[in-house]
Amino acid sequence: MQKTIYVDNAATTPVSKEVLNEMLPYFTEYYGNASTLYSLGRQTKLAVDRAREQVAKAINAEPSEIYFTAGGTESDNWAIRGMAMRLGPKGKKHIITSKIEHKGILRSLKVLEKEGFEVTYLDVDEYGFVNPSDVEKAIRPDTALVSIMFANSEIGTIEPISEIGQICKKHGVVFHTDAVQAVGTIPVDVKKDNIDLLSISGQKFHAPKGIGVLYIKKGVNPVSLINGGSQENGKRAGTENVPGIVGIGKAIEIAVSTMDERSKHLSELRKILIDKVLILPKSRLNGDPEKRLPGNASFCFEGIEGEGLVMRLDANGICAATGSACSSDSLEPSHVLLAIGVPVEIAHGSLRVSFGDDNTKEDAEYVGDVIIKTVNTLRAMSPVWDKIKDN
Amino acid sequence: MKEVYSPLVMEHFLNPRNVGKIENANGIGEVGNATCGDIMRMYLRIDDNKITDAKFKTFGCGAAIATSSMATEMIKNKTVDEALALTNKAVAEALGGLPPVKVHCSILAEQAVRAALSDYYTRQGIDPEPIVGHVMKDVHEND
Repeated sequence: MQKTIYVDNAATTPVSKEVLNEMLPYFTEYYGNASTLYSLGRQTKLAVDRAREQVAKAINAEPSEIYFTAGGTESDNWAIRGMAMRLGPKGKKHIITSKIEHKGILRSLKVLEKEGFEVTYLDVDEYGFVNPSDVEKAIRPDTALVSIMFANSEIGTIEPISEIGQICKKHGVVFHTDAVQAVGTIPVDVKKDNIDLLSISGQKFHAPKGIGVLYIKKGVNPVSLINGGSQENGKRAGTENVPGIVGIGKAIEIAVSTMDERSKHLSELRKILIDKVLILPKSRLNGDPEKRLPGNASFCFEGIEGEGLVMRLDANGICAATGSACSSDSLEPSHVLLAIGVPVEIAHGSLRVSFGDDNTKEDAEYVGDVIIKTVNTLRAMSPVWDKIKDN
Repeated sequence: MKEVYSPLVMEHFLNPRNVGKIENANGIGEVGNATCGDIMRMYLRIDDNKITDAKFKTFGCGAAIATSSMATEMIKNKTVDEALALTNKAVAEALGGLPPVKVHCSILAEQAVRAALSDYYTRQGIDPEPIVGHVMKDVHEND
């Protein structure tokens, strides 16, 4: 059977053996409800507390500032909607964000717009950077929240979070960052960067799907979206997903303690691939060449369409992603690529490779070879490529 | 409702038939646009009212390539009238069905055949409209 080479780690990662082993006893042995008084429940409570400390330490927060959620999207929704509900009634009905945010942010904001909030969507430059001075210029007396992602999932660009945090602090505006692609991969320090709210997703760093975190700085108070019992300090009801919580705690601890070596490894793979693939004519790297997530390589190839490319890579055992319209139900190409100025017809031919810890240099070489072969095959079939070639 | 490609769609996408140009083509049609993400260019060689060769070049997703491949197979060695009777439904059925979001690819294939036949009549000084009807250059034009 053909080997599977998984290079879509920005979408999700496998749960590591170490993390799984840590979680397993909490399914069948220590299954007590953490809200109960007997020892079985106390053991669970202790495990949840330990995970809270592990997460806090990883981002330089206090354990009391860590709230477990069902994932990155819930964290984003809570931050956005929760702050809007808190500050809207006080007359603060303006929110600032960028055009390249995750749908968890953009769709939450669309709903708020229908409810009378005003949203400023900041442009980004050709590399996908938000300009901090644009954030400052957009701040108004009625601004409730600034939400700018830490690093972009599609093109890998790492935003100037420290500068934006400082500006928000100076103007007394709450600052949220969707750090789903950053946490576990690059250093994140909520104190140093003046971050008030930060979203984390466990599945991006070898914890399971369905577990996330919202960091809420002491004194910041988004309205709760899920009401019921007094779990999570009364702010997020529902019996704790204890195995998931134990998993995210262990996974973030491992991710942070091994970050330097992993980052070096991923950057090497990325370089091998980019150097190889950009030899193709009429190909481009999306995002900043330097300030990008170590495992992310995002390309556009003129004259071809991304869905076909991804399917042919799959036929060669490679799992990768595209921002092509044809891969989505909406038939709209990636809003991120359009925001960095990629023309629509070229945005159709996008490919995202996101390396993970298990990938090898041989994988990077192989993926590069198959991409080149496949792009050439599809171009030979393409009437658009004929026209590009003739010009 | 089919959400994934059938084995036949995959087969025609990975091993498309009749890819390329025909040097002495006497009917060439192109439909779709790059902004929408699909362009099909169809080349026909017609002798004595019979399609003796059909080839295509397509920019588009897996379904666009598979429907082009299947459409050329279905009209090769057929009469012009038989080719005119080709429907998008027949192409989709021959491929074992298409996901709903990809049905427009089969319409594009049907229209590409009609555009090439239209060009064939035009080259002979015959107004194609009464025979071929209106060719949708862009399948999204009626959306």
